[in-house]
Amino acid sequence: MRRFNLANLLTEAVRGHEGWGRQWRSPEPKKSYDVVVVGGGGHGLGTAHYLAEVHGITNVAVLEKGWIGGGNTGRNTTIIRSNYLYDESAHLYEHAVKLWEGLSRDLNYNVMYSQRGVMMLAHNVHDVQVFKRHVYANRLNGVDNEWLTPEQAQAYCPPLSIDPRARYPVLGAALQRRGGTARHDAVAWGYARAADARGVDIIQNCEVTGFRRDPATGAVTGVETTRGFIGATRVGVAAAGHTSVIMERAGVRMPLQSFPLQALVSEPVKPVFPCVVMSNAVHAYISQSDKGELVIGAGTDQYASYSQQGGLQITTHTLDAICEIFPRFSRMRMLRNWGGIVDVTPDRSPIIGKTPVPGLYVNCGWGTGGFKATPGSAHVFAHTLATGEPHPINAPFTLDRFRTGRLIDEAAAAAVAH
Amino acid sequence: MLLITCPHCGPRPELEFRWGGEAHVARPADPSALDDRAWSEFLFVRNNPKGLFAERWNHAHGCQRWFNALRDTHSDKFVATYPAGAPRPDIAAEDAR
Repeated sequence: MRRFNLANLLTEAVRGHEGWGRQWRSPEPKKSYDVVVVGGGGHGLGTAHYLAEVHGITNVAVLEKGWIGGGNTGRNTTIIRSNYLYDESAHLYEHAVKLWEGLSRDLNYNVMYSQRGVMMLAHNVHDVQVFKRHVYANRLNGVDNEWLTPEQAQAYCPPLSIDPRARYPVLGAALQRRGGTARHDAVAWGYARAADARGVDIIQNCEVTGFRRDPATGAVTGVETTRGFIGATRVGVAAAGHTSVIMERAGVRMPLQSFPLQALVSEPVKPVFPCVVMSNAVHAYISQSDKGELVIGAGTDQYASYSQQGGLQITTHTLDAICEIFPRFSRMRMLRNWGGIVDVTPDRSPIIGKTPVPGLYVNCGWGTGGFKATPGSAHVFAHTLATGEPHPINAPFTLDRFRTGRLIDEAAAAAVAH
Repeated sequence: MLLITCPHCGPRPELEFRWGGEAHVARPADPSALDDRAWSEFLFVRNNPKGLFAERWNHAHGCQRWFNALRDTHSDKFVATYPAGAPRPDIAAEDAR
């Protein structure tokens, strides 16, 4: 790997940028690896990177059935924040935000993490009370979050309408200044490049079709793929919406349902929108990408599906709300919309850890909010794969919690639009 | 938007319906006999297939009755809808396509 630095940049500037070469290899799969990661999105590639960087395990393969970053990593609205209510969640997402803050330097790849602030609007008395509770809970956990009056909110985000006669009046807002956005593709590519440089094999167009297990112990001995058998005694599944499908091939039923989640972007315009605004009550969130597009996220469709598309009424509902809160966007044209498949757990918190099958680990259930957690999730999942035991941060996020009843029920209390 | 055929009212737009999760999840006959794992299975673990899926729908803004449907979750195509209580139609995934 040629590092990105001033000397190399100057050299290439003179040479017409023809010497950079490919950013990662496209190797043939080996017969076996120490660890196989199933799923080449941000979480899977990040896991491989931290296995190599932190734990020194470089004999690793990432198997991706399509192309890397082509699933939810490339389909989300790139919002990053950590102001979750419960201690377990706050620790997990704050771990991620701290890693985001140093990620470009760590990867030698600009992931364009922009801490432009994430503002959540309160539209009714219930919102106000819940968000203030969030602010206090976050502060106790060392997570920055502050309460803004409507005037302060408009000062931070000038396009916001705070007209008290509005359909969704703004009674205040919670602002996490360290939150923001990052370039989603760069996250996949940066992790891929850094992992590849340490010897990790990234194998695309390679779908896992089954698992081979030791008849005596039941432990995983490898995976059957569309490119042949690949041996590994430790397999980590990070397959997002398709986790249930993969895990069924290992004989494990998961507490997951997969739903379509839609997003859309507008035509690109000059910088008009300085931060991220989320509105839980009306189910919409909006930011402006560095290209100038307004990036808008909708809620999930109501039914389980793998179709990677959703109903138009869902996006229409979201745009109704956006136009009400930001009247100046009412004549913006939307360029395209798309859907991704998100795997949702009963308590809306992820599952990161062991499974009933020895040697098989899973990182799933991120639902509608997995992108923000990418580095933290990958870091603790790598720890789990390397040591066989969960990191203290992901210890509460077991699959077993649905048996013990120790749920992390962010569904009722989260500020996020689920 | 899906076009859903209510077995009682005929084809109606999805806006009139509420999704109700997986169908044919039987309530335990003797709840006090269940251990934690069996409860966990009943409460939380669901089939989540990429293919034919038996699911419940409620015609909330219509006849308000619950019914079941077989839908291909890959194409979102409805293969059959049938009243609650009726057995799951014997349709293989290949025939549905």
